Amino acid sequence: MRLAERSVQFLAPAVLVCLTALLGSFSATTNEVYFETALVDVAIVVGLYLFVGNSGVLSFGHISFVAVGAWTAGVFTVPADVKSTALPDLFPFLAHHNVGNVPSLLLATAAGGVFAFLVGLPLMRLSGLAAGIATFAVLGITYNVLLNWTKIGPGPGPFTLVPQTTGLVQALGGALIAIAVAWLYQLSRFGRLLRASREDPAVAQAVGVGIHAQRLGAFTLSGALCGFAGGLLVHEFGSIYANQVYLDLTFITLAMLVVGGVGSLLGAVLGALLISGLNSFLSAAEGGVHVIGFKLDVPSGTNLVVLGAVMAIVLVLRPSGITGGRELPVPRLRGRAPQEAPATGGPP
Amino acid sequence: MLQTIINAVGLGATYALMAVGIGLVFGVLRLINFAYGQLIMAGAFSLALTSAKGWPEWASVLTCVAVVVALSLLMELALFRPLRGASPATMLVATFAVAFLLQAIALLKFGSLGRIAIIFPGLFNPVGSGHLATVRWITVVAIICAVVAVAGLTLLLARTSIGLHMRAAATDFQTARLLGVRANRVITVAVVLSGVLAAAVSVILVVQTPQVVPTFALRDTIIVLVGVVVGGIDRLWTATLGGFSIGFATSVFTDKLPQSATDYVDSAVFGLVIVVLLLRPEGLFAPFRSRTVERV
Repeated sequence: MRLAERSVQFLAPAVLVCLTALLGSFSATTNEVYFETALVDVAIVVGLYLFVGNSGVLSFGHISFVAVGAWTAGVFTVPADVKSTALPDLFPFLAHHNVGNVPSLLLATAAGGVFAFLVGLPLMRLSGLAAGIATFAVLGITYNVLLNWTKIGPGPGPFTLVPQTTGLVQALGGALIAIAVAWLYQLSRFGRLLRASREDPAVAQAVGVGIHAQRLGAFTLSGALCGFAGGLLVHEFGSIYANQVYLDLTFITLAMLVVGGVGSLLGAVLGALLISGLNSFLSAAEGGVHVIGFKLDVPSGTNLVVLGAVMAIVLVLRPSGITGGRELPVPRLRGRAPQEAPATGGPP
Repeated sequence: MLQTIINAVGLGATYALMAVGIGLVFGVLRLINFAYGQLIMAGAFSLALTSAKGWPEWASVLTCVAVVVALSLLMELALFRPLRGASPATMLVATFAVAFLLQAIALLKFGSLGRIAIIFPGLFNPVGSGHLATVRWITVVAIICAVVAVAGLTLLLARTSIGLHMRAAATDFQTARLLGVRANRVITVAVVLSGVLAAAVSVILVVQTPQVVPTFALRDTIIVLVGVVVGGIDRLWTATLGGFSIGFATSVFTDKLPQSATDYVDSAVFGLVIVVLLLRPEGLFAPFRSRTVERV
């Protein structure tokens, strides 16, 4: 692969998220949150892409790594003086330790990665529908435990008083880190091996690709990215319920990935930005919004109807996503066509 | 004890009906219809609207069947047909999108509290007193419905030519087409049958919970989907058995466990699902020695 192609794989998505952040910094302060959400969505979807895109195995379980990351980052950053009242039942270790913003994100990354490794160890033997349902079961268990276990978090109540440190700059940084990791991975030897096993498992195995090990590695790395994104998420909202990192987020992030195009990093980023942007725009429109001089006022709830319709229509028109699962093509500047193999032999 | 078992069989029967509906469509289209629950929800809303207008019950039920079947056919034409042959992930996410869309429309139109549907209120009465105090007539109806549906479907699949075509299409769609099975006809029949089953489930669920909300039957659908895959989605009977078993198990768990222990029931059930999938990825009830050989 040429250097230009390699760098465009990173630059195109990176430019997209930078433009988003730039647009956000020019918008009104009240609207900034929409751009932050879009960037955090990019981080989550890129984490999901790293596994699903490269392995071709569908996972419904990645939001559980986001949830674990959010809980880890949250529990270590709720200010010490209010912790005993806000989260009275915590384990003593969690109750007495607090860290700053960046260490909490690192801890979230580690937690997501370790959890994904432990889960992936048995589960990566599965593929197809069985893998989908098994990862869904992991999501169900995670939600069930987070909802009920008050020793590690708030239980059924909201996780409140988490410092809101994810501003536009940090969200942009997070999205760029996620994109860079996914890019480096897909260029690496491991990324290639995993994609080979996606295209043809039997042949890949025959030439010596250890499919289980490759999938497990990608699952762990993408779990770590999702944990990191979960940390960003909890620091963005400041307050979060367990059901905000459950079914709805799972479906919407999968939809972002598939609408953009499962097979490419550009698709993951584009899908996340488009769907997140559409979602934010429509929720804002429910309160009345001015578009190029016209006042657009839509009844509350239209947001979800339009979002569902758009996702369905895009998939019918372009079943493999907006990008078709391809990275941005790079035209050959010097017009050097690939050399055709010289005709050798021929009929005697 | 007896009533626990009867109620569990009742819920299992309801879930088995849903499993048959999902399995029929999966057989011919290789597509898991996540929007199946929203079909049931739409049927339930049609029951609520017609019963509020004072329509006779038979008319309400017929309208419900018509609405659900029409919606299934619309889904087939507008979504499944253009996506035929797309990757499984795309098809699954497309049905997510439709599920999302239908639920959002219901939310917009009826609000989060939804409507009350009063239909066959007599069926909610207990069958007897004492040992059978918690068994309601609707449970008996659900069991009869499931038995009739499964028996009828078995006859249809085994004894009619369209049934033969459906079985052929479910085994190998391409080859079946080459041998003269009409793809669109087979798929339409499967979609209509699964719509009729969804309508039957609407009626059964509405009698049990008259409050029809936009998330009606959502939880049930997720449980049934898990059950269907755990049972083995490649064959209709293993899928049905999977749906029945997970309904039976859920009912027994919620009935027998004390309130304090029910917090973590979901974790226990999902943990069990993972173990079963690891041991028998092709399905709990799938026959042994039928593993497809990897073709290179």
